[in-house]
Amino acid sequence: MTDNQVLVHVENLKKYFPITSGLLIRRQVGAVKAVDGLTFDIYAGETFGLVGESGCGKTTAGRTILQLYQPTAGQVTFGGVDLSTLKGKELRRTRRRMQIIFQDPYASLNPRMTVGRIIGEPLRIHKIALKDEQTERVEELLHLVRLNPYFANRYPHEFSGGQRQRIGIARALASNPEFIVCDEPISALDVSIQAQVVNLLEDLQEQLGLTYLFIAHDLSMVRHICSRVAVMYLGKIVELSEKVELYNNALHPYTQALLSAVPVPDPPVERKRQRIILEGDVPSPIDPPPGCRFCTRCPYVMDICNREEPQLQDVGGSHFVACHLMK
Amino acid sequence: MTHLLDVKNLTTRFYTPEGVVHAVNGISYTLEQGEALGIVGESGCGKSVSVLSIMKLIPDPPGRITDGEVLYWEQDLLKLTNTQMQNVRGKDIAMIFQDPMTSFNPVLTIGHQISESLTIHLGMNDKKARKRAIELLDMVGIPQPAQRYASYPHQFSGGMRQRAMIAMALACEPSILIADEPTTALDVTIQAQIVDLVKNLRDKLGMAVIWITHDLGVVAGMVEKLVVMYAGFIVERGHIDDIYADPRHPYTLSLLNSIPRIDRSSDEKLATIPGLPPDLLGLPPGCPFAPRCAYAVERCHRENPQLASVGVNHEIACWVDVTAQSSGSFAPPTSHQKQGGTRARQQRTAPTAQLHQDTQEGCDD
Repeated sequence: MTDNQVLVHVENLKKYFPITSGLLIRRQVGAVKAVDGLTFDIYAGETFGLVGESGCGKTTAGRTILQLYQPTAGQVTFGGVDLSTLKGKELRRTRRRMQIIFQDPYASLNPRMTVGRIIGEPLRIHKIALKDEQTERVEELLHLVRLNPYFANRYPHEFSGGQRQRIGIARALASNPEFIVCDEPISALDVSIQAQVVNLLEDLQEQLGLTYLFIAHDLSMVRHICSRVAVMYLGKIVELSEKVELYNNALHPYTQALLSAVPVPDPPVERKRQRIILEGDVPSPIDPPPGCRFCTRCPYVMDICNREEPQLQDVGGSHFVACHLMK
Repeated sequence: MTHLLDVKNLTTRFYTPEGVVHAVNGISYTLEQGEALGIVGESGCGKSVSVLSIMKLIPDPPGRITDGEVLYWEQDLLKLTNTQMQNVRGKDIAMIFQDPMTSFNPVLTIGHQISESLTIHLGMNDKKARKRAIELLDMVGIPQPAQRYASYPHQFSGGMRQRAMIAMALACEPSILIADEPTTALDVTIQAQIVDLVKNLRDKLGMAVIWITHDLGVVAGMVEKLVVMYAGFIVERGHIDDIYADPRHPYTLSLLNSIPRIDRSSDEKLATIPGLPPDLLGLPPGCPFAPRCAYAVERCHRENPQLASVGVNHEIACWVDVTAQSSGSFAPPTSHQKQGGTRARQQRTAPTAQLHQDTQEGCDD
């Protein structure tokens, strides 16, 4: 599946959201460091997983990569082109090649547009198809996501969550993208519907040669669908590795705790499992702890962790960990 | 035999302008002292409505409990007046909800809300109630409980709010704690904390727990007895080990096969359940799962099966025996003397795995 050709290269990507105060003269008094220095590659044809708990910056990372948010610092290179150097028309042209599927299928479809117009919108905006070709292409896309082509004349409220998510997928596919950011595409769906959508995403990847950035908090599903996985904590990657290596040999204490917290649907196994229960909550990204960001909850915390921030380092076999324990 | 809680043929309907919603359709189960029961099912299967009915918290109108009995130590809760029921809620049966933000009053302090039930149910004075509330906050693992007593709900994180809600629920040491998806809104590491907390408190206080969830993983290490619900019906019921090792209802079987596991790598496609759950406004005449079922026979579309035993404390509501299916023959589950649960359920995935949803799947006009 992977031929190690880099499609997306992310270098020291940062996104800070300013916090302002004052009524007339607004001054910046701080910043939410949502994404604070991410570096990784996504290879063509793979599914790259980005996991972490809510508030760790994974959604912001996905959106900043697509330039939906202007990065505070850092670079995103897509197919050899630095996206931050692109403006206006050129950026729009590149946007055709990268799309996004949103988490909430109820909020991401305009309720006043028919399904046909929703899916056809990218075709109009990017002037991909002529008017009469558009209907045909919409039908083709509906068929591709296994929905009935008659649905083009209906409105989003007439559909269930799973069907809406398929409409969202069809819209993302309309401009024939190479790269799709899947931002928690299944977490709003019921258990029996999740498998339908995941299988659809896998089939489409095979059929169309897509590359996915799969953002999720469900680690079992990530294990199923992804080839490489990066674990985020408070805006930073703490561990990045091939899937099998990560799940069998997690080295960062946070990854270990995260994996042990996921329940296994097997009562005898589940009763015997030893959990690493983390204490407390994730600290605020406005004022992250100095040193290692995990130091407030880490069971193995050392002196150095409170002072110095660990760098992401290769521990062999393209397994990267940011932890002082690795030295 | 007297049970702590004996739910018999509980039926709840909602009378809406669109028609009658058959939310809970004659479900029965029992709960013993100190036992943990899991109720699993997808959204809209009636699992929440069923426990809200037990607590008599169904808004009437539009909802009404049209049939059944809820016996708590042989006393039918459904026959109690509202005032009598208020003495049961919180004192004998307490409940925690999915969203702790909306279950707290935002303008009262956490401490005030916990001591409220102590003064009402146990007649404590303010000073005593305050002391006890701080003890409870400490017991559920809230750091600096004395200071936190005066905090407002918005000053707590999601996990802490859920802990505070558990403290509130346990204030009067109820004999039953009903937890309605208490960890769904939480992150996995916080979920692990809450599950761990409830398990420890249950051992310590000896209370019975009803844990409602859609997550088949969460209940696995938590409960002994399991009820699987679909479209307001119980489709499978039994000891959790038997159900997971040997699911006998096609719905349970497909559900277990459709979720990936964190402790296993598999390159195989997930098994899917085609179609959508039925509309509770107009249920089909036969088995509610029949339109999505890979095993359905003609009879399934005509008659709705009753729960029937397939083993020791293991019952399913199905006309078809999924274990016999692999050999190509059908047998009603009652006539089948399968014991032991040795056959792994992976061997039985064939019919569901083959069923790929197609364009027709979306055509539920």
